[in-house]
Amino acid sequence: MATVELRFSALPEHVRTARLVAAAVARRAGVDEAVLDEVRLAVGEACTRAVGLHQSNGISAPVQVKLIEEEKQFSIEVGDEAPRSAPGEAAPGASGDPDIDAEEDEMGLAVISGLVDDVEVTAGEHGGLIKMSWPTTPPAALVP
Amino acid sequence: MDLSLSTRTVGDRTVVEVGGEIDVYTAPKLREQLVELVNDGNFHLVVDMEGVDFLDSTGLGVLVGGLKRVRAHEGSLRLVCNQERILKIFRITGLTKVFPIHTSVEEAVAATD
Repeated sequence: MATVELRFSALPEHVRTARLVAAAVARRAGVDEAVLDEVRLAVGEACTRAVGLHQSNGISAPVQVKLIEEEKQFSIEVGDEAPRSAPGEAAPGASGDPDIDAEEDEMGLAVISGLVDDVEVTAGEHGGLIKMSWPTTPPAALVP
Repeated sequence: MDLSLSTRTVGDRTVVEVGGEIDVYTAPKLREQLVELVNDGNFHLVVDMEGVDFLDSTGLGVLVGGLKRVRAHEGSLRLVCNQERILKIFRITGLTKVFPIHTSVEEAVAATD
């Protein structure tokens, strides 16, 4: 299972919590201090996008974040449950201003792809998933 | 941390000092502030971002929205920012070409081009 799993109601106020938890776990996993700002921003963008998709589709399920510590890398998966008819296609929004929503959604993805070298975005009829990975530096071996 | 906003007038410019985190939760507050300023006839805005700890794409969207609004009145929206981690977000989204970014409020207020 994931090192840390987080499920939160699709509300904007919880995105900050996800950022803080992700950055804390990333630091512990050995992600370089200089990259933590990027981790924080990227996970925030992914969660913001998921919250927006849940809200505009009236989905009451929580947004899911998995923080996964692997041997040489640290991965974050942010999953939403908004169905798409085609991969990458955002479901039709029902919120205030569809144009602005679509623009912000694309800007969020633009920021993620600009920040993270290793990123995978998938979407299907059961929802979407953004998977991002960063290399880790293993802690120096302790002298017994 | 929440978002803090304060505004003051310097000559014909309105300086909006922003502090804290601009994200999906707090950005609507900044949007309201910018809309209100424009509705009140303040078309030359300087947004001082020196106190901003975090900015995401929602915040960028609000700033772009503000720029659109002031431009409709032949106004301007200038940013003050020296923080590398914030500047980076403007760079990767190509918005450094859209916003004039200054190193100090004095410089932004004096700018005319």
